[in-house]
Amino acid sequence: MVELLEQREQILDPMRPEPFVIQRVGRESYDTFTVELAPRDPYRTFDFAPGQFNMLYAFGVGEIPISISGDPSHPERLVHTTRAVGTVTNAMSNLKVGDEIGVRGPFGNEWPVNQASGHDVVLVAGGIGLAPLRPALYQVLRHRERYGKVVLLYGTRSPEDILFRSELERWRARFDLEVYITVDYADSKWHSNVGVVTKLIPKAPFDPLHTVAMICGPEVMMRFTAIELQKRGVSNDNIYVSMERNMKCAVGFCGHCQFGPVFICKDGPIFTYQQVQSWVTRWVV
Amino acid sequence: MKAIETLLAEHDFFKDLEPQYLELIAGCGKNVRFDAGQYIFHEGESANEFYVIRYGQVALEAHDHRRGQVTLQTLHEGDVLGWSWLIPPYRWHYNARPLTLVRAIALDATCLRTKCDEDHHLGYELLKRFATVIVDRLDATRLQVLDVYG
Ligand SMILES: Cc1cc2nc3c(=O)[nH]c(=O)nc-3n(C[C@H](O)[C@H](O)[C@H](O)COP(=O)(O)OP(=O)(O)OC[C@H]3O[C@@H](n4cnc5c(N)ncnc54)[C@H](O)[C@@H]3O)c2cc1C
Repeated sequence: MVELLEQREQILDPMRPEPFVIQRVGRESYDTFTVELAPRDPYRTFDFAPGQFNMLYAFGVGEIPISISGDPSHPERLVHTTRAVGTVTNAMSNLKVGDEIGVRGPFGNEWPVNQASGHDVVLVAGGIGLAPLRPALYQVLRHRERYGKVVLLYGTRSPEDILFRSELERWRARFDLEVYITVDYADSKWHSNVGVVTKLIPKAPFDPLHTVAMICGPEVMMRFTAIELQKRGVSNDNIYVSMERNMKCAVGFCGHCQFGPVFICKDGPIFTYQQVQSWVTRWVV
Repeated sequence: MKAIETLLAEHDFFKDLEPQYLELIAGCGKNVRFDAGQYIFHEGESANEFYVIRYGQVALEAHDHRRGQVTLQTLHEGDVLGWSWLIPPYRWHYNARPLTLVRAIALDATCLRTKCDEDHHLGYELLKRFATVIVDRLDATRLQVLDVYG
């Protein structure tokens, strides 16, 4: 028993990766994939809040922060959606069912899903940004009656980059959720919006004075989205963004992810636009 | 059926325009309807009208020899379609293809240009509104070029 407790103590050390086994791998697009993981320790559950991330370790290659993209009400399934952009993410994209990944986490704060209660909710995602927002949408839909209008605005480069297609179809079919998708470029087979995601904001159905907006995507996209939301009258402290910087320890020791006066790993990654506005418009941070 | 003047007054583009100008503009307008796929105009054709979209979705397209028809932007209810009628040589730069049924008000370009030449205040009001639309589209294009989902 003492031995078992000692083992679990070690596992809870935030710097020690815990082995998880890949249960499922799904291709979302040509460069993006989703893995479903289960802990090797059968007693381990994985509770997390929407917006939190894990440090995923591809053994022998490296460790990177990746947001959890699964449903917080199913903590038995740890889900991550990753775009292959470099050394570690490419190595991970080659892993198969049965392979192992080291996991540290969950880290970071959460999307303001509870604070948004009583408000309209606007989720704005760009590219891979839909993955970190998905847990927030799951939770909002689980308690749909607590919210006013719920709107998802999603922009990608092209129709081929759209993630979670079948789920988006299901969300689109709901009467209590407005989903608008737009792409930057398309051929004539595409019958929906073309234009950047910010252009969906002026006509999106929400009451700006009673809206909580959550934005996730590359920084430039979040900046221009926040500007459009401000133009509609949403206040900066009701606009939330998820920030990214290179991370190493994920617990606020190493300073790699310092962003102005804060560390993204422990003070974020989610901030109000009010908190970060003056930093995201400077190029040296 | 609502008069064109009333329909224009309800449209964002003409918001707060003085009633006598709405009447002048409405005098150049007619209701039009396009089915999905029925081109509204093609690149290179004379820009004899511009359109105030009341319902539906229109794709602005350009032909690329490698990729075929490329959609550059979509316009919707509440948008105006076309500003080539304002600038010589008054020819469309893109194709406009309805993706759905489209209902719009078509405003005759020669009629409008004549009225703007006669009344510069009307011309100024219209140009101010088009300048906003053009800046807005330029911003959107810049964001597309920035490749914001990088
Ligand atoms: C809190 C947090 C949450 C994150 N959540 C996710 C997620 O859910 N899914 C996901 O796919 N990614 C996510 N990321 C980004 C992810 O951590 C990086 O893409 C990853 O670290 C890249 O590692 P690499 O070794 O594959 O690339 P590297 O070899 O380090 O970089 C290779 C190339 O990719 C570029 N690159 C690096 N990071 C990014 C990036 N974020 N976007 C675009 N290009 C990049 C580099 O500039 C370089 O040119 C998150 C980052 C943070 C900080």
